[in-house]
Amino acid sequence: MDLTPSDEQQLIIDTVRRFVREEIVPLEAELDPDAGALAEADQQRLVGKVKQMGFYGLDIPADFGGPGLDVTTRALMAIEMSQHRAGLYNPCYGTFGGAGLAQLYEATEEQKEKYLYPTLRGELRGCFALTEPSGGSDPARAIQTRGYQDGDDWILNGSKLYISGADKADYALLFARTSDDPGRNGVTAFIVETAWPGFAVRRVVHTLRSTHYATEIQIDDLRVPAGNVLGEVNRGFAIANDRLSRQRIPYAAGCLGAAIKAQEMAIEWAKTREAFGGPLAGKQAVQWMIVDNEIDIRHARWCILDAAQKADRGELFRTEAAMAKLVASEGASRVVDRAMQIHGGLGMTKDLPLERWYRELRIRRVGEGPSEVQRLIMARELLGGSYK
Amino acid sequence: MTIRLSKPWLDLEGLDREELPAQLGVFQIADADRNVIFVGYGGGTRAFGLRTAIEEQRQRLGHRARFVRFELTHGYLSRWEELMMVHQHDHGSHPSANDDSTAPRGRLTPIGGPEGAPDDD
Repeated sequence: MDLTPSDEQQLIIDTVRRFVREEIVPLEAELDPDAGALAEADQQRLVGKVKQMGFYGLDIPADFGGPGLDVTTRALMAIEMSQHRAGLYNPCYGTFGGAGLAQLYEATEEQKEKYLYPTLRGELRGCFALTEPSGGSDPARAIQTRGYQDGDDWILNGSKLYISGADKADYALLFARTSDDPGRNGVTAFIVETAWPGFAVRRVVHTLRSTHYATEIQIDDLRVPAGNVLGEVNRGFAIANDRLSRQRIPYAAGCLGAAIKAQEMAIEWAKTREAFGGPLAGKQAVQWMIVDNEIDIRHARWCILDAAQKADRGELFRTEAAMAKLVASEGASRVVDRAMQIHGGLGMTKDLPLERWYRELRIRRVGEGPSEVQRLIMARELLGGSYK
Repeated sequence: MTIRLSKPWLDLEGLDREELPAQLGVFQIADADRNVIFVGYGGGTRAFGLRTAIEEQRQRLGHRARFVRFELTHGYLSRWEELMMVHQHDHGSHPSANDDSTAPRGRLTPIGGPEGAPDDD
């Protein structure tokens, strides 16, 4: 496998890297260490720059007016875009634009007109409401929100937990059990508007992460027209599952970006900070931490690009995406932890981004499927057929 | 932690700056009738966290600021947004001394009513 970027990819990497270092990082110095947004004027100015660069809406498929990037190039960009304080959960503060919920590209034309296109124009926001208090790792069996038919409509009741952005969303892609099948064949996806009676965001769920928070949703007799079923009735889990696999590659790449930046900071600090008559870089204990960091970084990079290249070749990449997600999130956690250790007291403070990455990376080992579920996915494939 | 801030009010008249915590957290400032007029936070860019942030608002608001209450939390940004959204739900607007242009745009429908009101659930 060749990990060397093409000339075109290298040009993109250099462009994004310069954008992060020259435009994003200087603004961050003036923001709260936990900030999740730029000042509106800065946001608009940078969106304009990204549009000039031709990268705006980079996750929008080419058929819908996006730049049509392949998965590998997108992953290489994600590695660069996360190399700043807010980069893990808000890479470049959203200045590269959103693509809406990926599932809506499979919607009916009427649904696209009502929800997808306004989202791409920045007029509407959506959220993805899958996880429930009964569990998130095995959603096919955990979903207890129920839906039953009432004439041409559906009536939904239940609750959702850890849903990002529901308080600011205009609509939600919400999954409910619509048959007696206790597994994946009894779940339907609905597009529900958050202003409809019966949809309430009850609270912010406070976590280690202070911005980009999650919320809890309560659904009471929420009436949904049949035209707002996404895909087929009782086949909604496939829609949810498809997203979970695809998301893992850029998710892993974001973790790697933070790890690379932490390693860069650790090396710079080790070379300049003196203790016991010489720089930290001269101490074997520090050298080994730097080397262990690099092993984690290169391992993650290999797994991410392997998964991305398989996806680009049209091959199955479920195991590779799971491996990339696991290796990158766990490896980046170790890298940031060691970088904090090398920085000593300074590493614990909000003066550096390390403590924010440390908290947010802890969530990354659970978000988009915990490490144990990634291992389960890989084990199924390894044990499900002949080993090649 | 309750969704509405439930810590006791402190009278700002005669309150020493040093009595305010130099820690991260959120706070509310009320007028003489204990109506909340400002919700803020002491974040990581403040030299002395809540102490500096509350003092800044006391000076800015002058005699309108009569009471203060605070909650210590590392999740000050998400808690601040939550308190602002709860205030919007309970009163139909953001606190009068907050800058409306930077207030969070989200919407919450919390269970239970505001202080002194019957529960609405």
